[in-house]
Amino acid sequence: MQNIIAIFKKEFKSYFISPIAYVFITVYLITTTFLFFQGFFIINQADMRGYFDLLPWVFLFFIPAITMRSWAEEKKMKTLELLLTWPVKDYEVVMGKFFASFVLLFVVLMLSITIPITIAIIGNPDIGQIFCQYLGALLIGAAYLSIGLWISSLTENQIIAFILGVVVIFLLFIISTPFVTMALPSFIVPIFTFLGLGSHFESINRGVIDSRDIIYYLSVIGFFLFLNVCSLSSRKWE
Amino acid sequence: MNLSNNSIMLEVKNLNKNFGKVQAVKDVCFDVKKGEILGFLGPNGAGKTTTMRIITCFIPATSGTVKVCGFDTRENDIEVRKRIGYLPENNPLYLDMNVLEYLKFVGEIRGLKGAKLLSRIDEMLNVCGLTKMTGRQISKLSKGYKQRTGLAQTMLHDPEILILDEPMTGLDPNQIIEIRNLIKNIGKEKTVIYCSHILSEVSATCNRILIINNGSIVASGSPEELTSQITQTGGYVIKLKGDKTQIKEKLSLVEGVSNIRISEAGEWLEVFVVSGKEDIGEKLYKCIFENGWSLAELKRHSATLEDVFTQLTKG
Repeated sequence: MQNIIAIFKKEFKSYFISPIAYVFITVYLITTTFLFFQGFFIINQADMRGYFDLLPWVFLFFIPAITMRSWAEEKKMKTLELLLTWPVKDYEVVMGKFFASFVLLFVVLMLSITIPITIAIIGNPDIGQIFCQYLGALLIGAAYLSIGLWISSLTENQIIAFILGVVVIFLLFIISTPFVTMALPSFIVPIFTFLGLGSHFESINRGVIDSRDIIYYLSVIGFFLFLNVCSLSSRKWE
Repeated sequence: MNLSNNSIMLEVKNLNKNFGKVQAVKDVCFDVKKGEILGFLGPNGAGKTTTMRIITCFIPATSGTVKVCGFDTRENDIEVRKRIGYLPENNPLYLDMNVLEYLKFVGEIRGLKGAKLLSRIDEMLNVCGLTKMTGRQISKLSKGYKQRTGLAQTMLHDPEILILDEPMTGLDPNQIIEIRNLIKNIGKEKTVIYCSHILSEVSATCNRILIINNGSIVASGSPEELTSQITQTGGYVIKLKGDKTQIKEKLSLVEGVSNIRISEAGEWLEVFVVSGKEDIGEKLYKCIFENGWSLAELKRHSATLEDVFTQLTKG
């Protein structure tokens, strides 16, 4: 646990040493707030549905940008050899890096709290639903992070890690959208709907917390973190 | 565990490592005692780094065992890692941190806390001459200071064994001497393994040398032992004046001379005489004296570690 904390601290700090965190926070808040309020007064509903509908698409580009350097940089700078010969277990390093990126995501989402406050001032939103939507955003964000981290561990090139991350997350997201399921034979549709990252988010976005959705996201996170540990251990497989 | 001065700190037995079809390390056996500075010498690609990576638990061996202070690298890797300080080739560092942050991070991972951590960091900053650089970002340090930061990292937790892979690359002569003295000092109490392909470095620092080539150990011993053990031939360099053909003819008649090479150096002739192990200096001098050639220089050419190295790794 102590090791996870040490790695977490180092990783979290390194987001703020480089401009990554600041650029991320600023650009994210400006774009999402702008996109949301653009339609907010036209729809004239005191809720955040529009905001959270956008989120999976915004995250699609923002999250691989956070994770792309996590492992790729360590590989390129050869610091991985240092890190993995210190008295830490591979999974501890993976967890440390994951938590660091997760807390960054948490901070960013918390900064967007100005939106529900604004809505609460001018209207009468359902606080329970908004809370639920934030929880959903954290879950889908964490799932994206675990995928992005895994992809980053496969390459030493940050740009490749970013692009591959976007592609993989995109594919996992769209397989449950009607756009894809329409074209599929009907017996596969439930499987794709279950596996896709998007369908589970939709129900949370409606304000329904279903344990199945939470378990789904936790499994996705667990699965990709496991793949991440495997890709670190692959150096031992020759 | 008994940590008297003769205890074996590192034991490598029948180590093999294959990368696909390539065998990078072949049946390597050696051990290192406390207080020894072992030079691990070999041309690039000989298997030095691979061996070090196995010892530091970065990659596992295909077969064979490595024991560090009695702990097996396969069964108890965390205990092994705790006892090793490792400076990988090219000294990788987290460039975006400053020196103090970096050492704090390493200390925390090493399980150091609070006052103990701070006092160790302080000591390392002093030992490595980094006290003025604590707040500097590592990417902005000069090569020498980066190297010192790397060394501070390896020694921070006071490890039993220090493994340094090419620690002198890119340092200027003054820095090399400083770091060499530092390593010698550490080597009095700890065990140091020093990898390099530069002979003068290793022979100046280490008290025992292993030469590795194509994955196997081809020689081991103290620098002096190696030189005498392996060279069968000696030679003499003579600088004199006289008739070239005559010199060649007369000198090759001297007992013990096996070959002669003559080159011209201005008005002087430079003769290189290849001989056996025995001393034939007197006979050569007599021959020169009897023929009346004027002599400027006659010296024995003793084999250096360079000769040993080339002989062992090129054959």
